[in-house]
Amino acid sequence: MKVIKNIGLIICFIGFAIFTASIFTGTNKVSEEAFNNWASQKVKSEFFIEKAKKEIVGKELSTYELSNKIIQIAKASNEYHKSQKEITWDKIIWIKWNKTSKDFVYPLVRASATGWVTNNQGLFFWLTFGLAILGGTIAFLTDYKLLGPAGIKNNGIFQHSATNRGALGMLAFVYFVGFYVLLYFFPNYLINPILSVNQVSKGLSGNESSQWFLYGFMYCAVMTVFAIRMFIKYRHNNYQLVRTGVVLFFQIAFAFLIPEILVAFNKPWFDFKNAWPLNYTFFFDYNINNLIDSGNLGIFMLVWGIILTLIIVPVMVYFYGKRWYCSWVCGCGGLAETLGDPYRQLSSKSLFSWKIERWLIHGVLVFAVAMTALTLYTYFAEIESWKEVALGFSAYDIQSTYGFLIGSIFSGVIGTGFYPILGNRVWCRFGCPLAAYMGLIQRFKSRFRITTNGGQCISCGNCSTYCEQGIDVRAYAQKGENIIRASCVGCGVCSAVCPRGVLKLENGPEEGRINPTEILLGNDVDLLQLMNEK
Amino acid sequence: MEHIVIIGNGISGVTTARHIRKLSDKKITIISSETEHFFSRTALMYVYMGHMKFENTKPYEDWFWDKNKIELKKALVSHIDVDAKQLKLANNETFSYDKLIIATGSKPNKFGWPGQDLDGVIGMYHKQDLEELEKLAPDNKACNRAVIVGGGLIGIELAEMLHSRDIPVTFLVRENSFWSGVLPEQESALINKEITDNHIDLRLGVNLKEIKADENGRAKSVTILETGEEIPCNVVGLTAGVSPNINFVKDSKIETKRGVLVNRFLETNIPDVYAIGDCAEQREAIGERRPIEAVWYTGRLMGETLAQTICGTKTEYKPGHWFNSAKFIDIEYQTYGWVWAKPKENEARFYWEDQSGKRAIHISYDKNTRQFIGINTFGIRMRHEFFDRVLTDQKSVEHVITHLADANFDPEFYKHYEKEIVTKFNTENATTIQLKKKSWKRIFNKA
Repeated sequence: MKVIKNIGLIICFIGFAIFTASIFTGTNKVSEEAFNNWASQKVKSEFFIEKAKKEIVGKELSTYELSNKIIQIAKASNEYHKSQKEITWDKIIWIKWNKTSKDFVYPLVRASATGWVTNNQGLFFWLTFGLAILGGTIAFLTDYKLLGPAGIKNNGIFQHSATNRGALGMLAFVYFVGFYVLLYFFPNYLINPILSVNQVSKGLSGNESSQWFLYGFMYCAVMTVFAIRMFIKYRHNNYQLVRTGVVLFFQIAFAFLIPEILVAFNKPWFDFKNAWPLNYTFFFDYNINNLIDSGNLGIFMLVWGIILTLIIVPVMVYFYGKRWYCSWVCGCGGLAETLGDPYRQLSSKSLFSWKIERWLIHGVLVFAVAMTALTLYTYFAEIESWKEVALGFSAYDIQSTYGFLIGSIFSGVIGTGFYPILGNRVWCRFGCPLAAYMGLIQRFKSRFRITTNGGQCISCGNCSTYCEQGIDVRAYAQKGENIIRASCVGCGVCSAVCPRGVLKLENGPEEGRINPTEILLGNDVDLLQLMNEK
Repeated sequence: MEHIVIIGNGISGVTTARHIRKLSDKKITIISSETEHFFSRTALMYVYMGHMKFENTKPYEDWFWDKNKIELKKALVSHIDVDAKQLKLANNETFSYDKLIIATGSKPNKFGWPGQDLDGVIGMYHKQDLEELEKLAPDNKACNRAVIVGGGLIGIELAEMLHSRDIPVTFLVRENSFWSGVLPEQESALINKEITDNHIDLRLGVNLKEIKADENGRAKSVTILETGEEIPCNVVGLTAGVSPNINFVKDSKIETKRGVLVNRFLETNIPDVYAIGDCAEQREAIGERRPIEAVWYTGRLMGETLAQTICGTKTEYKPGHWFNSAKFIDIEYQTYGWVWAKPKENEARFYWEDQSGKRAIHISYDKNTRQFIGINTFGIRMRHEFFDRVLTDQKSVEHVITHLADANFDPEFYKHYEKEIVTKFNTENATTIQLKKKSWKRIFNKA
């Protein structure tokens, strides 16, 4: 079995190696047509076009050379225009490290890719995704035997370098962060990986694949393989089985297939489960306009999005706690509960982290609300979003700051990239504004709680150790108190790992939900009353 | 300011300190030679198994003690001078107290077996034992086989620990079935099977004759008394129960038997000296409880109670209804009330076991009055509050069977077995009990 597992891991590794190596092997040949097409949308400067035609068009270049050349020419062009007596500002090409590559360079590089991968997209898919998925599945399936009989099998987690911030963990960390940086800011270097799913994209929506399609497909593939791991690891625990199945379904159907199919029918790409303020672009002017212009379905999407945030989310949190979203529906939660599960024990349980967490997550919520309020104000006051509103800032500035800091860096690079260091759920715990919003409801007005079973707790600390949200569950359990915390996402693992059957996630009457105790059940009845009713 | 000195930083001593601090601003010092900070002894096994780091076993962060003005002193107490109200420490220092609380817990039993003090022979109780085990048995190359002597809770935990690192384990149990002094026959058989299902070499009804040493004085084999079989091994775990850790008390004026003798107020024969937790022995047993109870929660209860007395509200130690829990490899066990290994004369029993052999409940009740006496539950979690109330209100076995859905504490979406259980009960007792649906109203009804 161990041999089979290693074979699986090797196959998976080969898939990843090919995938990763392909980043460095891309070649490009910009055709006249592709260039004109691109330049007509992106460039107004004749200087740039003339120079680019000489240096780029028709030449065989590596992706790296091509990307560099485009930026060099843009800089030269800017210098030229700035040296003119009268500067024609619309001919200046705006250069910023986190924008230029993805908005300006990427489209041309994407359209001009050549080489083996371009001609063998189908085969390349199988060599990358095919091998990685196959190998990963084989490796995890062997757990069925290797882990032994069904039950909690966390053996060796703190002794393995991948799951205890060792060398393998650090390697995963660098890989994750690297991938997110390329994905968000330099997709021009991901052309071959993007091409690997080109046929899938064409089959689904008829469109060429983009970096976002690659990300969506990868997301689903990773979640599926790691869901297999969850199904085996928790095969004795129906709560985990049902929850993992449901969250996987919502990711594949709602975040991936339905939006792509909508696009195939010329409708807006729309994820019906993605609620504002996690979906922070929902109230951006371009999104509202896009939906309004998309007929009845678009109007329905707009109304649905508002109802989802204002009615469905709070009502569901009241009845079931925020877990209904965070660990049953949400894509971020879905990834955290599958890919992230091996890292859950790394989240810090210190009081200090809790303090940071509360400032950060509520800070992001305030930021998101303020940004949206400003956006809607400019929208209804019919101010163009790029026009200054106050203090030299425009609504657009605020939006792009949020998009960069929160949308890309926090939720992506840090939120997922830091799994191997800070535990899964980094984003959900410290950053997600929707989680903050639902947390406030869960803390003050909900039927959800984790019940502590009388005096059975032995303070072992498994619950706290495996809480991905960094809640010190034991601190409550050993006092006989129910756990009522804004941050609890109801993953149910504290209850699963408890060796004494102390914890149960429940939805019950609000009365008696919060039960501060001094003395636990099991002691002298008079003392219980004396102390607890004081 | 009155100076309260607590010897031992386990659950009993620490609970007392915390509650004294809640109630007063007395000066508090906790003395321990084991570790600097309080940790959960029950979690040591998870450190070896890699489920947790030692750091994770500490219920309070290290700043907690300073913040709550609880002084910690790492030292070993060698003698108590009750007249001078002074402790003598192993480094010959003296240390004064106004009130003294002895909470030194237990130590593993050794019964004078030949070779019991050899290298490679360990108990599984202290943090030092964990460190020793990590050295002796890091993997199955350094340790080809381990033999465990003594079939109790610590024995099966040690077996599970070694098994988690694929180290072959032979488990010698004196009784004819695992823990059969406590568990009725059926449950004991169920756990026997769980042990052998995990490929642990379980030997029932055997005693240890001797442990033999190799030329370096390290244990190399174990001989069984009954069969004379010699089992080669690298590590021997002695887990034949524990007894109070009170050697340093014996040459003082404090009265001891197996443990430090205390009355119901947890007072010893000497004023201002108290004993709690595993090391305390009740002069008269409370209810059906044993005079010495080495159980996590009773240590905590005593701590909660004694803090009241120390802070001026003299309070009798009155543990409520008996309950306990454990985990046997993958099978969770809880018990509420009393289910004796052998039924007493007035007792009748109801036993149900799932086809899988991994789940069972065993209920004891009075033959004549049909009053519920206790329940053992395996692989199904039950609500403590439910059974506590049933026992207080002296409800009947029929009441319990009818309301099993209220009692269930398994996670959501788990399969429910209540219907099956009720059907079996009805068949055996010619009753027509209908299972009642779970009711939040009843669960929360305090009356």
